[in-house]
Amino acid sequence: MAMKFKHKRFENFVPKKTVYRASVADRVISVVIYLVYAIFAFVCVYPFYYIFINTISNNDMSARGKVIFLPHEIHFNNYAQVLKIEGIGQALKISLERTVIGTLLTLLVAAFLGFMFTRESLWHRKLWFRIVAATMYFNAGIIPTYITMMNLGLLNNFWVYIFPVAVQPFYIILCKTYVESVPKELQDAAEIDGAGTLLLFFKIIIPVIKPILATIAIFAAVAQWNSFQDTLIYVTDKRLFPLQYLLYTYMNSASSLKALVSSTASATSLAASLAHAQTATSIRMTVTMVVVAPIMLVYPFFQRYFTKGIMIGAVKG
Amino acid sequence: MQRTSLTKRQIRGYREFLYVLPFLILVLIFSYYPLYGWVYAFFDYKPPKPLSESTFVGLKWFKSMVENEVKRKQLVSVLRNTFAMSGISLFFSWFPMIFAIFLNEIKCKPYKKFVQTVTTLPNFVSWVLVYAVAYNVFSNSGALNSLLKEWGWITKPIDFLESTSHIWFKMWLWLTWKNAGWASIMYLAAISGIDEEYVEAAKVDGASRMKIIWHITIPGILPTYFVLVMLNLASFLSNGMEQYYVFQNPFNKEFVQVLDLYVYNLAMGSGGYPLSTAFSILKSLVSVLLLFLTNFASKKIRGESII
Repeated sequence: MAMKFKHKRFENFVPKKTVYRASVADRVISVVIYLVYAIFAFVCVYPFYYIFINTISNNDMSARGKVIFLPHEIHFNNYAQVLKIEGIGQALKISLERTVIGTLLTLLVAAFLGFMFTRESLWHRKLWFRIVAATMYFNAGIIPTYITMMNLGLLNNFWVYIFPVAVQPFYIILCKTYVESVPKELQDAAEIDGAGTLLLFFKIIIPVIKPILATIAIFAAVAQWNSFQDTLIYVTDKRLFPLQYLLYTYMNSASSLKALVSSTASATSLAASLAHAQTATSIRMTVTMVVVAPIMLVYPFFQRYFTKGIMIGAVKG
Repeated sequence: MQRTSLTKRQIRGYREFLYVLPFLILVLIFSYYPLYGWVYAFFDYKPPKPLSESTFVGLKWFKSMVENEVKRKQLVSVLRNTFAMSGISLFFSWFPMIFAIFLNEIKCKPYKKFVQTVTTLPNFVSWVLVYAVAYNVFSNSGALNSLLKEWGWITKPIDFLESTSHIWFKMWLWLTWKNAGWASIMYLAAISGIDEEYVEAAKVDGASRMKIIWHITIPGILPTYFVLVMLNLASFLSNGMEQYYVFQNPFNKEFVQVLDLYVYNLAMGSGGYPLSTAFSILKSLVSVLLLFLTNFASKKIRGESII
C-alpha cells in the first residue's frame, strides 16, 4: 500500500481505486480486525489439529494430556490398530456405500425431476411440482415415519439410508432453475432432430447442467457421510452402523472401549510398548480423525462449489 | 394437422408423466403416507398390538399434555428450553452479519480467503464430530484442562461439558462455532452486491471506515438480514435434535431437552408412541402457521415473500 502512495503519477490510470489516506484510527482498526480473525481461525482449526497431533504422538503422553501444540515421537500405529478393531472396517464400508449410492441416486433424481418440471408438455406439470415442493415445509414426525419404515420393511435395512432421501425438493428446484436459465433453442434443436425426452435429458441436459450437479453432489455427499439420526432411529443391526454412529457410541462408552483395547492388544502383540498401546483416548481421537479426514481432504478443493451452492440458495430463498 | 400434433404432444405428456411417476410414488410413500400415522395420536396405541385392536381415545393425549401434573411440568421445561435456544439464536442473529462485514474489511486477499475457508469448515462436520471435538478439547482430560493445569491456574479439572452453568449460552456457542462462518457467506455475497460508487463517493468526502460501514454497508445488507430473521422465526420450534442429543447427559438433560429431542425421547421411551405423535402434530401445525405468518409479515413490510 505504502508504495502506491508514492507513485502519484499512476493514480489517474486507475480511477476506480481512488487513493485516500488512511487515518491512524483506521489503521488501528485494521490491526484489531486482523487479530480478531486470527483468533476465529485458530478456534476453528486448533481442535482438529489438536486431535490429529494426539493420534500420531506417544499414546502415553497423549493420555496424560501432554500433547498440546506439537506432536511427540510421531508414529502411525494408532491408525493401523484402529482399522483392526471389530466393526470399524464394516462401518467404513457402510459409510462409503451410502455416500456413493445415496449421492448418485439423489443427483439423478434432482437432475431428472428438475428437467422434467421444466417440460411444458408434461401432463399436469405444475401440480406434480407443487406436490414435491410442498414436502419441504412439513414433516409427519418421528413415530409416523418410523411406522412407515416398519411397514415398508426398511428397519435394519441398508436402503433406509438411500430411498427416503432420494427426492430432495431443494435440489430439484436448484436444477429446475438452472435448466430454465439454459437457452431453450438447445432443446428445440435436438427435438427437431427427433430426440425423445430421455435422450434429450442424457445427451443435452446433463452435460449442460454439470456445474450445478457438482454443487449438489458435494452437498448430498457431505449429508450422507455426516448422517447419524437415521441410524439412531431405524437401525439396531451393528453391521449397518456407519462410522458416524460408531464414533458416537465410542464417545459414550469408555468402559467398553477399554475392553476393545485390551482385546486388540492381546490379539496383536504383547510386545507393543506402552507408548504405542491403544488407550480409550487414542481410539476415540483416531476414529474422530478417520471420520473427519474425508471432509478435510475434499473441502479445500470443492470450496467454490459449496460457496456457489449457498449463493444460488440465497437467490432462491 | 393441428389436432394430430396436439394429440402427439398429449401422448408425449402422458409418457413423460410415466417417467416421473416412480419418483412421485417415492414422495407419496416417504412424505405423504406417514401423515396417515397421525391417527396414532387418537388411539391408546401400544406396539406390538395393531392399531385395529387399540381403543379410540379422542383427544386424551392432547389433554394429558396439560392436565397431567408431571407432563405439564415437562412441557413447561421443554418449551422453556426451546424458547431459550431459539431466543438466544435470534438475539445474536446479527453475529454472522457483523462477522461478514469486518471480514470484508480485510484487504489482504489470501488472508481473507484463508479465514473464510477455515471458519466455514466446521459447518461440514456432523454434530457427532462436533461433540467428539468438544469432548477431546473440553473434557476433564482434554486439551484445555491439561493446559490450565500445566500453567498452574487450576488444580481440579473444570467440568465444561457436564456442568449446567450457562448451558444455553454454551449450546449457542457450539451452534455458532459450527454455523457462523457459513452463514456469513450469504452476507459477503450481499456486500459484494453493493454499488462501489457509494463507497468511493463516501471516501472522497472523507468518511471514516466505521462511517462507511454504518451508513453504506449495513443498510445495503439489511434486506438479507431481514429475510434470514424471518426464516429463523418461522422455524422457532425446530431446533433439530442432533445437537442436543449428542450433548445431553444426565446432568444437563433438564436444560437441553428441546421440543425435537423431547418428541424423540418420548418416542423411544416405553408407551410414548401416541403422545409423541400428538406433539409432532401440534409442532407441525404451529410451524406451518408460523411460516405463513412470517411470510405474510414479509409481504406487508417488504412487499416480497420469503418462500
